[in-house]
Amino acid sequence: MRRLREYGFITGFLAIPVILYVVFVISPYVQAFYLSLTDWGGVSAFPSFSGFSNYTRLFEDEVFWKAVRNHVLLLIALPLLVLSLALFFSFLLNLGGGSKGGKLRGVWGSKFYRVVFFFPQVLAVAIVGVLFQAVYRPDEGGIINGALIAIGLEPIGWLTEPSIAFWAIIGVMVWQAVGFYVVLFSAGMAAIPKDVFEAAALDGAGRFRLFFSITLPLLWDTLQVGWIYLSIAAFDGFALVQVLSVDRGGPDNSTAVLPLEIWKTAFSYSEFGYASAMGVALFFMTITFAVLALRVSRREKIEF
Amino acid sequence: MAIKTHDASSTRKPSPAAGGGTRPPRPKANPLSGLAHAALALWGVITIFPLIWTFLSSFKTNTEIFGNSWSLPAELRTESWGRAWETAQVGKYMLNTVIVVSAGTLLTMLFGSMAAYVLARYTFPGSKIVYVVFVSGLAFPVFLAMMPLFFVVEDLGLLNSHIGLVLVYVAYSMPFTVLFMTAFFRNLPTSVGEAAMIDGASHTRTFFQIMLPMAKPGVVSITIFNVLGQWNQYLLPLVLLAEDRDKWVITQGIADISVIAGYEADWPGLFAALSMAIIPMLIVYVVFQRQIQSGLTSGAVK
Repeated sequence: MRRLREYGFITGFLAIPVILYVVFVISPYVQAFYLSLTDWGGVSAFPSFSGFSNYTRLFEDEVFWKAVRNHVLLLIALPLLVLSLALFFSFLLNLGGGSKGGKLRGVWGSKFYRVVFFFPQVLAVAIVGVLFQAVYRPDEGGIINGALIAIGLEPIGWLTEPSIAFWAIIGVMVWQAVGFYVVLFSAGMAAIPKDVFEAAALDGAGRFRLFFSITLPLLWDTLQVGWIYLSIAAFDGFALVQVLSVDRGGPDNSTAVLPLEIWKTAFSYSEFGYASAMGVALFFMTITFAVLALRVSRREKIEF
Repeated sequence: MAIKTHDASSTRKPSPAAGGGTRPPRPKANPLSGLAHAALALWGVITIFPLIWTFLSSFKTNTEIFGNSWSLPAELRTESWGRAWETAQVGKYMLNTVIVVSAGTLLTMLFGSMAAYVLARYTFPGSKIVYVVFVSGLAFPVFLAMMPLFFVVEDLGLLNSHIGLVLVYVAYSMPFTVLFMTAFFRNLPTSVGEAAMIDGASHTRTFFQIMLPMAKPGVVSITIFNVLGQWNQYLLPLVLLAEDRDKWVITQGIADISVIAGYEADWPGLFAALSMAIIPMLIVYVVFQRQIQSGLTSGAVK
């Protein structure tokens, strides 16, 4: 009887969350795999099985490969830029204040800097996109070009120049993300026990030595988490590219990212089958990368 | 390794003791400190300046906006703010967002905690599978589910409705919420709950009156995480609310205003709308900055 009451309770608590999850999350994912094998929206009005034709088409699709290349670029550039900037700033914040009586201090006002740096993180990406449209404006009215013209340089078509546009978008991602990792790393640094530093300082280690030989290795776990987060972000980019780029992914597909291509293929061209195939490709890329990342970054954990 | 971010703001930096005579003390004034400040201040300006500039631009005229971007508005004109609020409906978008995000987060936390509690504290056949299925949702890109999701919501008659959007938000917030709340409930002491059960409290009552209040720190962090995540959503409303402009949320609204500003040439209105979207977040952030920082970074620390 008691057991029965317990099962009743368990069912009662799990029913709604599980139903919502199955209806809105699981079933669409399962359907997506099936849809990717149909020609729905392309040739026929109803999904009919078309084997792997969507995938063969995908392999010959130039825009798809352009988007994949952009994801690879993001995958390398985004963690590299964000993590090194964030490490640099959190080093300055926490150890850059010089030494007083032999103690290393953070710089004056380090709390204020942290608060300021973190703020872009709470802004919605779509809103940040609109904001940077103004920052990057090609004429004198843009912040950057206004400054360039004022010092006598030629304005740059940040978003209209195919070779620059994607870097301009990466720049916005970096702008928004750095503060989050500064806070994350600062927290990690604060969690390192002081006696480790004291022992090293006793042995005569300088500030840089302390950073590279103690802080960095002990921060490895946090760094690794940050790297995985940013790598997952590298497979997105939808909101920013959709709002910020010229012609949604342009100019000349130079800023194409898969999520945006999926959205366009599905809701602008109504090719649901083909869009699903892109989605499945994106899924396998994400999963492959996640597994690789976990393998590669696994390293002796330092307990303290 | 457990890191709490608020420790970062209160605890001083790691401070190694003096070299104990093994080396001379360092000079007090350090040139590096000046450089450090310069670098930090530069990034601070890069962060803040676009926001201040947006705010100032909302007082400019179209001509001023197309002129040099580094000039100040000649006078403080506030008409653009009225236009953005009334004509461009920023007020309505904001209200819609508040409704959707409040309902979405409340239900997410309720259902997420319920599921997590059961999965953390009770063993029953299939409990492991349910947990794994919930958490595996973290690995799937939402773009893969997007089209079928559109048709699921359409079939339920919930397209272009706030209810539909809220339910979808709740469902997609489950993996993260369940993952972290389960970890939280697992770490709570069992004795208090057991004592309540012996005193005759039902399972449900034990959860709502004892366990949930005990999990408050976790609930606060994950709530903040979900509020910001749902506030930030752009893709889901774009797909699920496409046809009913009156129901749009702020991210959709602002993106649309920026397109319209192009052909209606109301640039000051766009900057006013942007400022309106940014200022409430700034206020919320300044008030809750410690909780927000720890809530968001808690996700990164197991």
